[in-house]
Amino acid sequence: MFTSFFQNIINALQWGSFYSMIALGYCLVYGVLRLINFAHGDIFMVAAYLGFIFITFLFKYIFVGGGVSGWLILAITLPVVMFFTSVLGVFIERVAYRPLREKGAHRLYVVITALMVGLILENGNLALFGASSRKFPAIIHRSVISFSGVHITNLKVLVIIAAFVTFAFLQAIVNKTKIGMAMRAISYDKFAIPLMGIPVNKVIVFTFILGSSLAAVAGVLFGMSYPVLNPYMGMIIGWKAFIAAVVGGIGDIKGAFLGGFLLGFIEILIVSFFSSNLKDLISFLILLIILVIKPTGFYGVAKSTKI
Amino acid sequence: MDKIRQNLFIYSVGVLFIIILVLAAAGVIDLYIQTVIMFIGVNIIFASSLSIVNGYMGEFSCGHAGFMAVGAYVSSVLSVTLFTANKLTGAPLLPPSLSVVLFPVVILIGGIVAAIAGLLVAVPSFKTRDDYLAIITIAVNFIIVTLINNMAVVGGSRGFMGMKKVLYAMKDVVPFPYILFWVMTFAILTVFIIRRFVSSVYGKGIIAIKQDEVAAEIMSINTNRMKLVAFMFSSGLAGISGGLFAHVIGYVNPGSFSILKSTEALVMVYMAGMGSLGGSVISAILFTILLELLRPFQILKWVIIPLLLILLMQFRPEGLMGDKELPDFFPKLKKYYKFK
Repeated sequence: MFTSFFQNIINALQWGSFYSMIALGYCLVYGVLRLINFAHGDIFMVAAYLGFIFITFLFKYIFVGGGVSGWLILAITLPVVMFFTSVLGVFIERVAYRPLREKGAHRLYVVITALMVGLILENGNLALFGASSRKFPAIIHRSVISFSGVHITNLKVLVIIAAFVTFAFLQAIVNKTKIGMAMRAISYDKFAIPLMGIPVNKVIVFTFILGSSLAAVAGVLFGMSYPVLNPYMGMIIGWKAFIAAVVGGIGDIKGAFLGGFLLGFIEILIVSFFSSNLKDLISFLILLIILVIKPTGFYGVAKSTKI
Repeated sequence: MDKIRQNLFIYSVGVLFIIILVLAAAGVIDLYIQTVIMFIGVNIIFASSLSIVNGYMGEFSCGHAGFMAVGAYVSSVLSVTLFTANKLTGAPLLPPSLSVVLFPVVILIGGIVAAIAGLLVAVPSFKTRDDYLAIITIAVNFIIVTLINNMAVVGGSRGFMGMKKVLYAMKDVVPFPYILFWVMTFAILTVFIIRRFVSSVYGKGIIAIKQDEVAAEIMSINTNRMKLVAFMFSSGLAGISGGLFAHVIGYVNPGSFSILKSTEALVMVYMAGMGSLGGSVISAILFTILLELLRPFQILKWVIIPLLLILLMQFRPEGLMGDKELPDFFPKLKKYYKFK
C-alpha cells in the first residue's frame, strides 16, 4: 500500500512534468498575446518526430559503430531539435498569426487560425509518414534505482528535473530580465507599450522561440519515456495541458506549472485506484468543478470590466 | 403581385424543397447525392446552432459536438427501442408503423435532452467568460464522449446501430424518402427560428451581451437568463442535428463526436463570419461539398481545408460575410425578401 502510493506519486510527478512543460508553453503565448495557441500541442508532436528523425540520422550516418554515450547523443539532439522547433514556431507566427494581428482581425479568428495550423501539422505529418506509429530509438540505457519497493528509473528523474529546471529558467526570464519585463508589459497593456519604444514584434517572436523550445524539450523527453509516436499524440495531450494551464490560472507561469502537475496527479491516481476508462471523465469533472468554484483558476486575477 | 414578389425568396425555398423530394422519391437523384444533401442539412443545423453562441453572443464554445452526441444517442436509442426488435428490450415497444408519426417527436426529444445537457455549460457561463468558458466547453465535450464510451448499454466505444431498421419500418408503411424530408424540414425550420429569435426584441439581448455584457446588464437585460436561453437553445438544436445525423448514417460511435467534430462546426461558423446566419448556411453548404469533392485526396483533405481557411482569413479577416447577411451585399435581393 505504502510503496504503491509512493510509486504512484513518482509516476504522477513524471506524467505531470509533461503536462506542465506543455502548459508553460501555452501560458507564455497566452500571457503575451491573449491567444490560445492551439497549435502548441502539435508543435510538441513535431518536436518528438524531429527528435526521432535526428537520432535515427545520427545512428545511421555519424555514430555508425555505436559505442557513444546516450547522454552525449541527447546533448546533441536537444539543441538541434529546439532550434528547428523554434524555427517552426516563429514561422507559424510570421506567416499565420502576425498578418491577422496587423489587420486587426477579431481575436477569435487568430484562435481559429491556430486550430487550423494544428490540423495542418497533424494531417501533414500523417500524409508524410503514414498512419503507422513510429518507435523512438532508445538512446539512454534505463537503469532502475529501487529502494524499499519503489522503482525509479533514471529517465523519470531526468524528466522531473527537466520540468523544474525549465520552470525556474522561465520564472527567472520573465521576472528578472528586461525582455521578461517587456513580455509582462505587453500582456498588461498592448496599446501603450509600443509608445514606450518596446519592439512588440521582437518580444512576440522571442516568446514563440521560448514556447517552442520548451515544447521541443518536452517532445524529446516524451519520446524517450513513451517511445511510441503517432501524429495525433500532440492533440489530446495539448488540449489537456491547456485545460490544466487554465485551471492553474493562465497568464501566470506558476499557475500553469501547478495545473500541469495537478492534472498529472489526478489522472495517475484515478488510473491506479479506479479504472483507466474513467480517467478523462473524472479528471475533467474535477477540473470543471474547480473552474466553477474559482472561475479564474488558482493564480488567475479577476479583471474588473468597465464599459 | 407585390406580396408575391416580397415572398419570392421563401417560395423559391419551398419549391426547391418539393423538387428535391419529388426527384428523390422518383429515384432521379441517386442515394449518394441524397446523402450529400442530407449531410448539408445536418451541417446547416449544426453550424447555425453554434452561430447563436459563437456568432451572436460572442462566446467561444468549442465543444459543440458533445451536445450533438447527446442528441444522437438519445434519439437513436429511443427510436431503436420503440420501433424495432433489439437487444435492449426485445420486441418493439410500439407498433413499428407508428414510427412514421413519431419519428420527429423522437428527434425532438433528443434535442430536448441535449438542451438539458447544455445546462452543463450554461450554468458555469454565469460567472466565467471567454477563454475560461472555452475550456469548460472543451471539458464538457470530453466528459460526454468518455461517458458514452463507458456506457456498455449503448455499446460503449463500439458504437450503437439499428437506426436503418427504423427507416425501413417507416418505408414499409408508405415508400417515401422520409429521412430526407425530415432533414430538410428541420434545417429550414432551424434557420427560420434562429432568424426570428435573433431579430426579435428579446433575442437582441444576446447581441447586446456580445457587445458589452456590463452595459447590457445596465440596460435591464437579464444576462444570466439570456445566456441560459442561448446555450440551451443552441445545444438543443445541436442535439437535433445529432439525431438526424445518427439516422442518416445508421450508426453512431463516440469517436465521431470528438473535438474534431466540434472543430468542423467552428470552421463553418468562422468561415461564415461571426453573426451571419446566411453566412453559416452558405458555409455549411460549401464546407460539405468541399469535403465531398476532396474525398479522393484522402488524408490530404485535412491539410487542404485548413490551408484554404487560413488563406481566407488572410484576405478576409472577418470571414466570408462578416456580420452581414446576403441582402446587405446585394441590396436588390431585398425586393424578394421580406423577413423581419
